[in-house]
Amino acid sequence: MLWDPRNKGNKDRPEAAAAAAALADTGQQFPTKALRKFLASLTSRESPVLMDLGPVVGSNVTFFGERLGCKILLEDIFGDLDRYPKNSETPLAEYLKTRLKHEPGSVDGILCWNLFDFLDLASAQALAASLTKVLRTDGALLAFFATVGATDARFSKYIIANEDSVRQRPYSSTGRKQTALQNRDIIRMFEGLKVSESFLLKTNVREFLFRKPAPNA
Amino acid sequence: MWKRDEAVRQPAQPAVPTNEAAAAAPAAAAQAVRPDTIKSQNVRDVVNIGKSVVIKGELNGSEDLTIEGHVEGKIELRDHVLTIGPNGKIKAELFAKSVVVLGEVIGNVSASEKVDIRENGSVEGDITSPRVAIAEGAHFRGSVDMAQKVKAASGPRPAEVKSQQQQPSQASQPVMQAQAQKVG
Repeated sequence: MLWDPRNKGNKDRPEAAAAAAALADTGQQFPTKALRKFLASLTSRESPVLMDLGPVVGSNVTFFGERLGCKILLEDIFGDLDRYPKNSETPLAEYLKTRLKHEPGSVDGILCWNLFDFLDLASAQALAASLTKVLRTDGALLAFFATVGATDARFSKYIIANEDSVRQRPYSSTGRKQTALQNRDIIRMFEGLKVSESFLLKTNVREFLFRKPAPNA
Repeated sequence: MWKRDEAVRQPAQPAVPTNEAAAAAPAAAAQAVRPDTIKSQNVRDVVNIGKSVVIKGELNGSEDLTIEGHVEGKIELRDHVLTIGPNGKIKAELFAKSVVVLGEVIGNVSASEKVDIRENGSVEGDITSPRVAIAEGAHFRGSVDMAQKVKAASGPRPAEVKSQQQQPSQASQPVMQAQAQKVG
């Protein structure tokens, strides 16, 4: 029988085991400081276009739709990574370079969640360049980055509880090795964007909010 | 001690009985319903397209419709609810007041009120609706536009079906401009 961390120490206590399983299913809620600022950057726009690179979460669609009255482009890159063959002839970086087919400057906001933690540096740079291209001037990009020591290989859904907190819930996927990018690598990766806000949360998650400056700024 | 005056209490019934409530009520209660109430219930029929039915073309209607079969082309129920049942497989543009998806849809979906993708429902296409609900376990690929109002589809609005004046079997048929074939 496989070892299940949810059952550890709860063999004789079915109620505790059930509670632990329920917690694992509902995920961990943590505060976010950048989401509110990300939303604030989009509220001034009429019918903004938002791109979500995470798996589809119905409540997030409702949240953004009701708050912003926006168009949401759901591009599940996590799903692509899950399905991408490990021995593919095309490198992942090449695939990600051409993955997004949207017009340059057509998107007002991009939600990356912790996608970049699961990419090698070349793939991360390719995707970042593509995102920078589709982002409109003064548009915002929100991304989470793990700090050193993070080893969770599972992909997560980020479910927005409110403007100040998000629930992270791992879901069944093949997952990929999680790496912690250095701050300087992150900033270099998004060349063409400016760091508007960055936070290190108590949960050891780094939040980065990027803005795209005007070309001559 | 105070005693409750039972004679004043009203029976706990909805003011306007729904189809479900009427169906669930015992026979004695059904007899007590006034004839004009029964007539108003009959006006709101739901039409079903069975799972063995294949339709290719344009499907217009002016009543609620549930599809369990296969449809390719375009479905337009401007002021009514379109339900794609668990067995339904649709490759079409959908226009309705409200769309509920339990089966598979490939194509763009426009609703003036709400699009609801239930658990195990699947949509691949762009959704335009002021309200969108995507359940856990549903599959969706495309974009969601909750900003714009649903644009009027090209072509005339479907003719109103005067269901009260027609036979019940005719009244429950949607207006189909399609080749319909029954398989099996």
